[in-house]
Amino acid sequence: MNVIASRPAPQYPPHARTYRYDEIDREFLAERIAEFSDQVARRLRGELTEDEFKPLRLMNGLYLQLHAYMLRIAIPYGLLNATQLRQLALIARRWDRGFGHFTTRQNIQFNWTKLEDVPDILRALAEVDMHAIQTSGNCIRNVTTDEYAGATPDEVVDPRVYAEILRQWSTLHPEFTWLPRKFKIAITGSPNDRVAAQVHDIGVLAKRNVAGAMGFEVHAGGGLGRTPLIGRKLRDWVPEDEFLGYMEAVLRVYNALGQRDNIYKARIKILVRDLGDAFVEMVEREYATMPRDPYRLDPAIVAAIAAHFAPPPFAALNDIAPPEDPEFAAWASRSVRPHRQPGYASVTISLKPVGGIPGDASADQMEVVAALAERHSFGEIRVSHVQNLVLPHVRQDELFAVWQGLRAAGLATPNIGLISDIIACPGMDYCALATARSIPVAQRISERFADLDRQLDLGECFVNISGCINACGHHHVGHIGILGVDKRGEEVYQVTLGGSATNDAAVGELVGPAFSYDDIVDAIETIIRTHVAHRALGERFIDTYRRIGLTPFKEALYAAA
Amino acid sequence: MPLLEDGRIVDDPWVTVADDAPLPEAPTILPLARLQREAAALAGRNGPLGVALPPDVAPEAIAPLLGRLALVELTLPSFRDGRAFTQARALREHHGYTGEIRVGGHVIPDQYLALLRCGASTVVVPEGADPAVWDAARRVIGIAYQHSAAPGHPLSLLRRKLEVA
Amino acid sequence: MSSTPKARPATAPVVFTANRLRDGRVVWLGAEGSWVEALAAARVFPPEAAAEGLALAKQGERQQQVVGVYGVEIRHLAGAPVPLKFRERLRAAGPSIAAEPAGWRLAS
Repeated sequence: MNVIASRPAPQYPPHARTYRYDEIDREFLAERIAEFSDQVARRLRGELTEDEFKPLRLMNGLYLQLHAYMLRIAIPYGLLNATQLRQLALIARRWDRGFGHFTTRQNIQFNWTKLEDVPDILRALAEVDMHAIQTSGNCIRNVTTDEYAGATPDEVVDPRVYAEILRQWSTLHPEFTWLPRKFKIAITGSPNDRVAAQVHDIGVLAKRNVAGAMGFEVHAGGGLGRTPLIGRKLRDWVPEDEFLGYMEAVLRVYNALGQRDNIYKARIKILVRDLGDAFVEMVEREYATMPRDPYRLDPAIVAAIAAHFAPPPFAALNDIAPPEDPEFAAWASRSVRPHRQPGYASVTISLKPVGGIPGDASADQMEVVAALAERHSFGEIRVSHVQNLVLPHVRQDELFAVWQGLRAAGLATPNIGLISDIIACPGMDYCALATARSIPVAQRISERFADLDRQLDLGECFVNISGCINACGHHHVGHIGILGVDKRGEEVYQVTLGGSATNDAAVGELVGPAFSYDDIVDAIETIIRTHVAHRALGERFIDTYRRIGLTPFKEALYAAA
Repeated sequence: MPLLEDGRIVDDPWVTVADDAPLPEAPTILPLARLQREAAALAGRNGPLGVALPPDVAPEAIAPLLGRLALVELTLPSFRDGRAFTQARALREHHGYTGEIRVGGHVIPDQYLALLRCGASTVVVPEGADPAVWDAARRVIGIAYQHSAAPGHPLSLLRRKLEVA
Repeated sequence: MSSTPKARPATAPVVFTANRLRDGRVVWLGAEGSWVEALAAARVFPPEAAAEGLALAKQGERQQQVVGVYGVEIRHLAGAPVPLKFRERLRAAGPSIAAEPAGWRLAS
């Protein structure tokens, strides 16, 4: 066994509730880095072919993109503490170009890394108990959860506890590292789905029964990409202690039977769709015949992990009225969210400035957020699946100071949930798979709708942009979805309407022929004008669309042609 | 091709025979179809028997015969094709199989440890493979977060240290 | 994922590109089997010599210099090679958006 000196525990903000590594976890990480450093060395020496190295580097989050290697770092279920965010800023400065890109899987990517630097970057990450394990590859990816976990008033069960259990269980799982295709799990503990559970390979709703016992509703076979599908409910109730055993059973059926000869049919959603009820029966059969004891999730383990996520020491406060500053009020109306603890609130930090790159944050901005988190949010930060950041636990009487701090760093755009709060994948500007650019389309839309009064008047509207059919920008579930494709060597953009990723999950409908790069923003403008012409008082875009259907939009868009 | 056990190259007493070749006295690995076809006749044979189980066949298909089999050979058609991992686990866990599980095909050293943890016993490695590289690969990670089908490991979930023979 | 001259015979002049193994940067097959960062310095093969160019470029993969070799059809514009496809023009020129925060280069 490799002998690696264990590192001292990092100095974390005392009350930040992230999972705290112990000696064993740190030793594991050191071993994993040693393994990958050796793999890099073998590749550079030519002992591993690129074919053999590629899946190994992918399982360590390292892609070869259009212009450079991209390193995707896992932010476990979107939870960070201030020390960790500062280290990400340091990595951005030392090994990248001074910025990072937060993703829809609550991770962060660096776009300009070098292969030979990656072992050093991984060591820097390990100093703060972070890594890039399984952020790519045909394995179980970073588990995602509600960015307001532990803070939101509608939470029934704290999903972080089970997300961490899933993280540990899936880390270098011996059986499920060479799956037919990637595998994404989302878990929520609130009846209001903020994790898009129904469009995941497995979507889990943690809940309690009438007797107060913990259990899980399990869905499988949802997904976006080339074949968007809403998941199927496998079980209404899996008791807590059977959770991992049941997960094993689902993964086993998939690993044995998922298609391996066609990359476009390899996700579990195709297997679930094709087998239907038979899939559910096979999982049940697998589960019924496997030995239970080795897979029983001991309540003692759950309790030990739950201790990491105990509530921070909230002060006994009452809710207060916000200060009467119009600019602050405009920001607060979008960014401040009720908290379960009286006198507190959650703050969503927009990474979507007008004309900016959705999800990007500079090293300087990361440090500002880290400092604000330390001062005002028990040192905790969350990454949201719409590529924003969250300060989960802010005292209401400190909101004004937080806003001022954010505003000084260009982080107080009051557009959360509005039309310029766009999800966009990196697109062809960075991604080797992309067929069209996404980011500049997002930038131009946010510039077109820069007028905040107009955005507020339009109300909630989700625009999601993907630069290829793989749908990393979740275009299918945007109220307005934009998909960039290649047409004879040039970019064109298809538009879908009516998608949703929440409890009423739906896949958007294609509105008609694609638009050119030059015309796509005008097309979005036309769609919005059509909505405004037809809407009832205060009606959201999605509700207008559901009421009047596709035709009025189609007519407005293509009438002139 | 060389056979690896416990990180060392070992002698391989087993002979793989084709569908219609005569059975030797030596320990023999049969194609699945032949094993199934000649199951009754083979019942009287004294020499050790094994079977090559293709990746698309569930171990359940040979469950009634497992008591007669001293070896099951699994295959990775490509190192990216991980069905053998699930087959190995099923053999150990569902069927209580205690014989040798051998893994052939396109296996890379970086998969060795995981194969062992899924219950594999031996790996067929390419001609000229350096056993030191394979041995290092099974030792590089000494911590596991899951239950393992490898013998001798405690039946507990989540973190613990592995013990490599 | 990428266009290869194998997919169909080249009908325009071709240059060869790849990413450098060590740092991933975009490089082009230049004179005498070298790999250069500027498209302008790439060796241009006439369509009928595309196979020969690919064979030469593949040596760079075997020598652990580059990864993911493929051919890019170009035309000449004011004497300089310009890829026919938008993707390849973007790859040659770098991202069309700000690829670093304002002031980053000055500060570093």
